[in-house]
Amino acid sequence: MCLAVPGRVLDIGEKDGTRMATVDFGGVVKEVCLEYLPDLRVGEYAIVHVGFALQRLDEESAKQTLELFAQLGMLQEEFGDPWERAAAEAGTGDWPFADDIAQQPHTGDAVQEAQQQ
Amino acid sequence: MKYIEEFQDPELARRLLDDIHATVTRPWALMEVCGGQTHTIIRHGIDQLLPEQVELIHGPGCPVCVTPLEVIDKALEIASRPEVIFCSFGDMLRVPGTGRDLFQVRSEGGDVRVVYSPLDALRIAQQNPAREVVFFGIGFETTAPPNAMTVHQAKKLGIPNFSLLVSHVRVPPAIEAIMTSPSCRVQAFLAAGHVCSVMGMGEYPELAARHRVPIVVTGFEPLDILEGVRRAVRQLERGEYTVDNAYARAVRPEGNPAALAMLEDVFEVTDRAWRGIGVIPASGWRLSARYRDYDAEHRFSVTDIATQEPAECRSGEVLQGLIKPHECEAFGTTCTPRNPLGATMVSSEGACAAYYLYRRLDLAPARTAPLEASPVV
Repeated sequence: MCLAVPGRVLDIGEKDGTRMATVDFGGVVKEVCLEYLPDLRVGEYAIVHVGFALQRLDEESAKQTLELFAQLGMLQEEFGDPWERAAAEAGTGDWPFADDIAQQPHTGDAVQEAQQQ
Repeated sequence: MKYIEEFQDPELARRLLDDIHATVTRPWALMEVCGGQTHTIIRHGIDQLLPEQVELIHGPGCPVCVTPLEVIDKALEIASRPEVIFCSFGDMLRVPGTGRDLFQVRSEGGDVRVVYSPLDALRIAQQNPAREVVFFGIGFETTAPPNAMTVHQAKKLGIPNFSLLVSHVRVPPAIEAIMTSPSCRVQAFLAAGHVCSVMGMGEYPELAARHRVPIVVTGFEPLDILEGVRRAVRQLERGEYTVDNAYARAVRPEGNPAALAMLEDVFEVTDRAWRGIGVIPASGWRLSARYRDYDAEHRFSVTDIATQEPAECRSGEVLQGLIKPHECEAFGTTCTPRNPLGATMVSSEGACAAYYLYRRLDLAPARTAPLEASPVV
């Protein structure tokens, strides 16, 4: 929830007297409130948090961040089905992180690998 | 992502690490405030790539983690009422209250709905005039402005069946509380970038000067963290204690003036309890008198609910940087993401969850073998 995701403004309109936009987050399109960045234009990028554009971002930074978030599965976390996720965590679905410690990868390898370089 | 080659720009990562290794002459303890930063650090093994002398301490910057148990219990109480549609962000569903969570309330028949934005909750209120719609308003300075705007809209549009259960917290008083704690080891802060996108940096220079602590505004991508560490270590080595912005692409010194004005209108500063830490003076917001009618605590008379946290959960010490998650006896045994004792194990931004997901086999030493002075060719 704390995650703020960069998105690109597709179009701008008004709803209930409030400036709103549709914004593309690497393929996921959401409705976003522009009241805090009223001069944002179509085609520009902004950091969006819980449906509100909070700060402008340049295109290159935005694209890099979006690519990274997609790689890390963070877009899925932000826009995926929260009930599915909660069910998985509660053990009534497929919680991806098995309780068996032996099945987990060992991140200590990172240090050894870095030392070898 | 376990190897430096997997950084977005490995060459830049090497150069930053090189510079940090070349700069450090003695031990320093840095606290990253934001839970998103903690996850980046653990996931990418950044703490293990840094020189032995640079220790990263995880701070209290996960909004889900610091929401007090009594607020969770109030949410559960309100969400259980038949007339209520309770709306929340998805990451609150599994945060344990006393004995249950929102996920269970829903399975018992409560009308709990997950929304992407607080404005979605307001829309649900418009569509269901015969029901009471309550939105769970938690979070730091990034989440407070959207919630403030939503309450403002409810009042402007005359939507009477909407209210907010408020538990907003502010970062600068938490930094103050950490620095004045007798057991404080923190010598520099990596400040939370998106909080500063909204609030600007105005509150930090006085804190930095008074506590003689560098504060570097930092993003949460791997290279952002390395750059934040680099700038903090440079200041420490030089004996400087200023505010530095290492996240200029998203943070303007003045923040977001429109958001600040709305916060000023809708909220007022109040003392707030932080889960596992206790009450920190002036560390939160509540609805100002003009918007008191939209306060769910008063509308549903749950102001007197008080609860106690499980004694074996040491998340408060984790949140203050006093222990690492694996130093808690319950970590990975009686406390797992499936059966969490505290919110730090539930939230995707919680330090305990980060260690559980990425560092489960390193339960004993926080750091494995030290690196040579420079890991870079």
